[in-house]
Amino acid sequence: MTAEAASKPKKLCIIAYSGDLEKTWASLIIASAAAAMEIETSIFVTFWALQAFVKDGKRITGQNWMQKMLSFMQRPGISHRKTSKMNFMGMGPWMMFQLADKYKASKPKELLAMCQELGVRIYPCQMTSDLFGIRREDLIDGLEETVGAATMLQLATEADSTMFI
Amino acid sequence: MDIKLKVDASGLSCPGPILKATLGMRTLEAGDLMEVLATDPGSVKDFAAWAASTGNALVEQDSANGKFRFVLRHK
Repeated sequence: MTAEAASKPKKLCIIAYSGDLEKTWASLIIASAAAAMEIETSIFVTFWALQAFVKDGKRITGQNWMQKMLSFMQRPGISHRKTSKMNFMGMGPWMMFQLADKYKASKPKELLAMCQELGVRIYPCQMTSDLFGIRREDLIDGLEETVGAATMLQLATEADSTMFI
Repeated sequence: MDIKLKVDASGLSCPGPILKATLGMRTLEAGDLMEVLATDPGSVKDFAAWAASTGNALVEQDSANGKFRFVLRHK
């Protein structure tokens, strides 16, 4: 390996697709740890995951009845994710957070703040934004511009590692 | 050993220790030493990986009674 190749920073691309609590949590742990390791990290946020990047205070998103219904049935915001199984009407996440407190594991919201602090680039998916009726102002601050599959593929193919979560 | 900054990440689970180390390192300058304490067993390999990836040297490490100590030098 040449000196140049050895000193070139590594890149990571995460395609965040799932909106489930534990999957979003995993994405954010990986992204924040990567950023801590000075790996240039990008997250492309699409489909369900996009809801996790809507401001916590925004209860309903969307312009037509289907989009609004979607946000009604599945509340947007990083603090409102459901587990993929055993959600038990919110008991599941509550218990996971109790365990997180007990074992001092950082929770998704803290990890997201850390990601942004450490310069992780988060790109919302344009198509999902259109489909779900999620506008720029619904999303949290500090995100990159909305992009499409071609940009995501460029990030993915230029990265040393790409993950679909 | 002149430790400029001591970071106590005891009790924290992954990725807590390395995140705290990263934030700590940001306040230091080239050549400064930082000591990190952790209880997470995974942190032993994690700090070796973090050092290799960031270029900050892992100068010293030891463990006693489930407590791990790492001394890292800012690159």
